[in-house]
Amino acid sequence: MANTSVNTTQASQPLSAITVVAPAVAWLIPGAGHLMQKRWIRGLLLMASIGTMFILGLLMEGHVYAPNGGDILEILGFVGDVGAGGLYIISRAMDWGQPAIAHATADYGTKYIIVAGLLNLISVADAYHIAIGKKQ
Amino acid sequence: MTMPMNLAIVLAPSHFTAAVLFALFTSVVFAITQRSGVQQQVRYGLYCFGLFVGGVFVAGWLMLLLRR
Repeated sequence: MANTSVNTTQASQPLSAITVVAPAVAWLIPGAGHLMQKRWIRGLLLMASIGTMFILGLLMEGHVYAPNGGDILEILGFVGDVGAGGLYIISRAMDWGQPAIAHATADYGTKYIIVAGLLNLISVADAYHIAIGKKQ
Repeated sequence: MTMPMNLAIVLAPSHFTAAVLFALFTSVVFAITQRSGVQQQVRYGLYCFGLFVGGVFVAGWLMLLLRR
């Protein structure tokens, strides 16, 4: 009963700027959504983990998916990649990543890049939950 | 390491190294985002890492047995 009243109170609160800005910043710069809410260690760990994973994927000659409307796996690859936010934008702008997956390590690299993006989407949701007070 | 097409270095880790690194980074993010307290996060991170690496060994042995 007490939990219900607490949830109702939280749900009726108007959206503040931080509830919009934190997830947006978290998407653009992995871990920054936590850092701006003073979760320093969590933010740095997220930044290091997601950033390192994305960069390792590039160094393993992984493929960076471009926006496309073709094969479903290509579309899903793009959705995963774009989750990395600023890292994806920079890698596309600099034309990093290989056009084709040439060997097994490059396949690992491609998966690293996609999973880094997906992990960043989870961290975006976590930053939002902290912003609305659902999580400490 | 070999010379790359558009980056300074190219990494070519073994399958096992790649899988362990994957497990490490993924476990860190899972722990931070899925648990609240520090102690719970550490325990959950180790749990996820153990499952990932354990899964690698199980899959490795299964592939060996299937190949025979």
